Amino acid sequence: MTPQPRRDAWIEVLAPGALSCVQDLGRDGWRHLGVGRGGALDPRCAILANALVGNRADAAVLELTLHGPTLRLHAPARVALLGATCQMRFDGQPLPAARPLDLPAGTLAIGGMRAGVRAWLAVAGGFTVEAALGSRATDLRGGFGGLHGRALRAGDRLPLGPQRALALDAPRASGWWIDPDFGLDPHAPIRYRPTESAALAEAAARFGDSGWRVDPASDRQGLRLGGDALEGVLAAASGVSEPVAPGTIQLPADGRPIVLLADAQTVGGYPRLGHVIAADLPRLAQAQPNTKLYFRACDENEARAARAAAAAELARLRWAIVDRLGGS
Amino acid sequence: MNERVREAAAAVQFEALADDAWLLRLGERIDDALNARVHALAARVRAQAPLWLRDLVPAYASLAVFFDAQAIQAEAVRAWLLRYCEVIEDDAAAESGAGARTVEIPVAYGGEFGPDLDAAAAQLQLTPALLIQRHSGGDYRVAMIGFAPGFPYLSGLEPALALPRLATPRTQVAAGSVAIGGAQTGIYPRPGPGGWRLLGRTPLRLFDAARAAPSLLQPGDHVRLRAIGADEFHALAADADTASADGPRNADAPR
Repeated sequence: MTPQPRRDAWIEVLAPGALSCVQDLGRDGWRHLGVGRGGALDPRCAILANALVGNRADAAVLELTLHGPTLRLHAPARVALLGATCQMRFDGQPLPAARPLDLPAGTLAIGGMRAGVRAWLAVAGGFTVEAALGSRATDLRGGFGGLHGRALRAGDRLPLGPQRALALDAPRASGWWIDPDFGLDPHAPIRYRPTESAALAEAAARFGDSGWRVDPASDRQGLRLGGDALEGVLAAASGVSEPVAPGTIQLPADGRPIVLLADAQTVGGYPRLGHVIAADLPRLAQAQPNTKLYFRACDENEARAARAAAAAELARLRWAIVDRLGGS
Repeated sequence: MNERVREAAAAVQFEALADDAWLLRLGERIDDALNARVHALAARVRAQAPLWLRDLVPAYASLAVFFDAQAIQAEAVRAWLLRYCEVIEDDAAAESGAGARTVEIPVAYGGEFGPDLDAAAAQLQLTPALLIQRHSGGDYRVAMIGFAPGFPYLSGLEPALALPRLATPRTQVAAGSVAIGGAQTGIYPRPGPGGWRLLGRTPLRLFDAARAAPSLLQPGDHVRLRAIGADEFHALAADADTASADGPRNADAPR
């Protein structure tokens, strides 16, 4: 096959799904102006989906939530889907996830998510929407980045970057794939580091003592938790707004914690119980509404070891993919 | 560690905000002198521009320092930061005089621009004209930016002008609305919900991701408000639309 880059390719959105938006690895350097980092809620999935189609790690992908979109490919393309289990059909024919798929022109329909909430779709060449503040990630609250600063709508056209031209009449799936759970135990409690504030220590400890129900009002900004409210805490906090970050566990006046996710605002006034460690944040992206979540306190050493292990596993998988693609 | 570093370490409280961020707390009050120290510390760290630095978020009484956790250990970042906490007392005085910009923001008060002006004046036992005069005459400082991209929390509101937030927030506040919430004043960059008392509106765009300098204001800026009439508001709004349509531009030197 002669590599002939296509520069005019685009994908048309026939149906947008529940909430589909363009994401990459987010933007740094703008938090002091109130602009959060954003980016894929599970960056590992975005990186590996990109690797499966031969893209750079920071190429833009589609983040799909609860129910995927229906997309029209006007030219052949290599795609890969990674994340929650969901049904994917090409012109009615079921396709497997977590591997490279070479598709001719046709219709790709992605259904409802099971055993999770979100999946990430990469297409060779990446989605080349215009970058805003150094990133193609959609900032849904700020209304910029991605495609017109919003979630996808029917009729949208997503531009694609240069990619290798494919000549094929029928979908072709690779015979190998990667484990979509890659090493994380989905049943282990989510680890968090409790705040060192003496006034909040008791509430921070109680946060880990009981299970929490995932509220359906959760979104990319925050995972809202329901359950036995942690009351009597507000008086202990100064209420002066302080910086917050993805992972911050906030406790509003109603005693129901919110764990901030990638679209976290940059400052907040609620008492802070601590933060979910970076290694476990991707699992929160898959917390299904109305299911139970358990949290467990850990220390800095455990957080650091978990982060190093996750980075090593990600690097190992990327190399394995590059190795396979090189040999195919 | 010498004596001064030890003192600084005691004065600034470090807390892990995330795996890749420290929160440096200089105090727990809303206080202009304290906020000036936060901005002085942020300026010192920013001037050093260490390669691992990703973001600096100054707030009222604290500063978040985000770093590249792949490149450096959290403990090494803390040790580095401690050295810069050393002289912020001296720095704050110097910094608040020099370096910080002053940005003038035109504001049309009352009527369609500030639906809460009359009620706010009545509550403060002032005439609307006197409220406009005292609010626009204030010497403000961007204590922090947050809540939404480009939303400035301005300190320096005359204490007698403090007003409680609305019991039920509005579902829609116009972009550019200048408002009082408690002891602070602020400006809404985008249309959206909000519970502060709306006194007026500026035709300037506070935030535009497509501009070279996306935010009209930077943390630490000094801000003067200038009361304008409806005609000037509409003229300036038309200018802002044109400038925006012209594409990226530098908003570092606003009028």
